[in-house]
Amino acid sequence: MLIPGFREFDWMQDVRLELDRMQREVGRLFSGTSIPYSQRFPAINVWSKEDNVLVTVEVPGVDPKKIDISVEGDVMTLSGSRVHEELGEGEIYHRQERPHGSFRKSVRLPFRADGNKVEASYQNGILTIKLPRVESDKPRKIAIKSE
Amino acid sequence: MADTGKDLEVRKEQSPLQAESTRARQVFIPRTDIIEKSDSIVLVADMPGVDERNIDIILEKGVLTIYGAVDAAYHQDYRVAYAEYGIGDYRRSFRVTDEIDQDKIEATVKNGVLRLILPKAEQEKPKKITVKTG
Repeated sequence: MLIPGFREFDWMQDVRLELDRMQREVGRLFSGTSIPYSQRFPAINVWSKEDNVLVTVEVPGVDPKKIDISVEGDVMTLSGSRVHEELGEGEIYHRQERPHGSFRKSVRLPFRADGNKVEASYQNGILTIKLPRVESDKPRKIAIKSE
Repeated sequence: MADTGKDLEVRKEQSPLQAESTRARQVFIPRTDIIEKSDSIVLVADMPGVDERNIDIILEKGVLTIYGAVDAAYHQDYRVAYAEYGIGDYRRSFRVTDEIDQDKIEATVKNGVLRLILPKAEQEKPKKITVKTG
């Protein structure tokens, strides 16, 4: 059946994202150690390809200049902070769901990344970091010679 | 408790946005802060991936609905190696009382954060109702 706006590729990625996320949540549930939301902020997704990896991070409302990105081997670390609105005299929070404060988070990449060639961009609250694989680690094609 | 249930039912009927979406996307509830100031109520919502062009704010029958559509968040040719967040749209509804001046609501979006300023109505102002002759 043809569904308008339906593209198989997007749908597949959607399912993968959801399965991966659910698997992690279930694992956490059974291990009995739940991580407080403040430590889970910001949420990170990792997308990989043969020779580079994309890390996308949801950091709405954070000044990108105040986010530190560091790479050591195959571990990338993000740190920064998100400030909440200062309240004036007589002003109160009725609801405060958005996490705030400083954060520090590390993620293991599928391979070692070259820390000197990292590119980062920020748009609409999403930070995208492109990390190329270390040159010497790249998979090599071996040509088979015929006699 | 019975009252809350009734409220929810009414709300469903009131807002056309509650209907089944034509987009094959997940819909998330954005995390929101609500701050009360002396002259207004400020609503701050995290909607990463949304900009001013794809956000809808609808006020209908006392229900304020915010809807943010997220596009182009997939990366072609890449495999998902690790995932903590899903990609989808955002929707949330709030009940707005008469305390708010519904004509003067202001909205801005910056860095994926929606900020709505709902000014309080001037209580002193008497409401004038013109009576038309039948």
